[in-house]
Amino acid sequence: MSRSLYPLWSRRVAVVAVAAAGLTAVALAGCGSTKTPSAAAASSPAAGTPATTMAPMPGMDTPATTAPAGPAVATTKVDINNFAFSPAVITVKAGTTVTWTNTDEEPHTVVSASASMRSATLAGTSNTYSHAFMTPGTYAYNCSIHPFMHGTVVVTA
Amino acid sequence: MSPTASQRPGSPEPASPATAPGGATIDRRSFLRHSAWAGAAVAVVVSGGVVTTKLVSSSHTAPATQDFAFVQISDSHIGFTGPANANVTSTFSEAIDQVNALPDRPDFVIHTGDLTHFSSVAQFDQVKQMLGSLKTGQVLTVPGEHDSTDDTGQKYRQVFGAGSQGDGWYSFDHKGVHFVSLVNTINLQSLGHLGGDQLSFLKADVAKLSDSTPIVVFSHIPLFAMYEPWGWGTDDAVQALSMLRRFGSVTCLNGHVHQVMSKTEGNVTFHTAAPTAYPLPRPGVGPAPKPVVLPAGRLHSALGVRDVHYLRRSRGLAVTDEVLA
Repeated sequence: MSRSLYPLWSRRVAVVAVAAAGLTAVALAGCGSTKTPSAAAASSPAAGTPATTMAPMPGMDTPATTAPAGPAVATTKVDINNFAFSPAVITVKAGTTVTWTNTDEEPHTVVSASASMRSATLAGTSNTYSHAFMTPGTYAYNCSIHPFMHGTVVVTA
Repeated sequence: MSPTASQRPGSPEPASPATAPGGATIDRRSFLRHSAWAGAAVAVVVSGGVVTTKLVSSSHTAPATQDFAFVQISDSHIGFTGPANANVTSTFSEAIDQVNALPDRPDFVIHTGDLTHFSSVAQFDQVKQMLGSLKTGQVLTVPGEHDSTDDTGQKYRQVFGAGSQGDGWYSFDHKGVHFVSLVNTINLQSLGHLGGDQLSFLKADVAKLSDSTPIVVFSHIPLFAMYEPWGWGTDDAVQALSMLRRFGSVTCLNGHVHQVMSKTEGNVTFHTAAPTAYPLPRPGVGPAPKPVVLPAGRLHSALGVRDVHYLRRSRGLAVTDEVLA
């Protein structure tokens, strides 16, 4: 091609080669400039100097914590607060109805394949969900919007 | 256009070595030039009046790519109310205006999910209407988990799912680059999830491509392990990425984490995008990925749009993240 399609490109964009296996983070919130290039020439990732490479952040790539913490609490009410089900593990007798109440500003849900639960989106004034557990067993559930939020209902005979 | 199901109707024009820069149909001289790349056999296909060439034995040849630009916007959360952003509609509108003011008109704009906050029909309609004001050839989307808060994406697909398969995935070719839009926000256990059907789709979708075809993958949740305690990763991404290992250039663009971050692993570069709605904490900072309330006047510097240029000369993507003006 005889002409550049993007005459402005060279001055608008600073191409930054990202070092292989390196991690580049750009904190927009703390940046005073109006443009934040984080460009990479994908064909040659190892070329050039990693101009904005930062050390990996603490906690990066740590395994997910999926096991609910704490002993089972005998209660029929679960609070959803601070992106967590509390208590995370409850125990009820068969035939009991359990009620969840979301007091977070963010919406959450209560979803479980094993217990056939799928709440509406719990937020604002429609922030409670109830489900009757008829059959003994252990039912794991989570929030479909924030699936790392886990809870368990243990139903005894 | 090939009538394969993987080609999204109405998507940008199919990969076309036969289409010269500027859109002119290939002439005989340039056809010979193309076919002489590496002595590859070239099949000429005429479909619907559009001439395309397909490299039959093309594992060592380069597809004819052209320079072009597209834009990524993400995480607009229409319907959100809270101190982190008192007016997400306004900042989404400003993002659209900023895209429309770019010096190079993007061939298409991709929104990488969380179009809405509550997946309501009214919110989807509002987003569709607002996206309609983008000055671009085509608007594409992938869903976020906020676009399926109380269903498994049915309402999203009713508005945005035309031409897609399964939960809303699709692929297309544009000026020699192969694009795949994946859905990793349905039936989640802890992390993002693609599922067997989608992995089968991806395997078949890329099987026909030469190793030198540049690949761009869109998804909402990152395909790399950014911070798994907050669900910032995809549990079966490794299987998807293994299907892309043979390609020289793979770029994965996602949203979800509401902040800009880049990472390179081998042949794959990942770029997470800024939101148009509100920032989230850096990975692991604080107890939960709650919307961050910034001091007055600082919100716009945490929001943005992403301008992406494909550069034939470097066979790579130049990614520019611009904060909201």
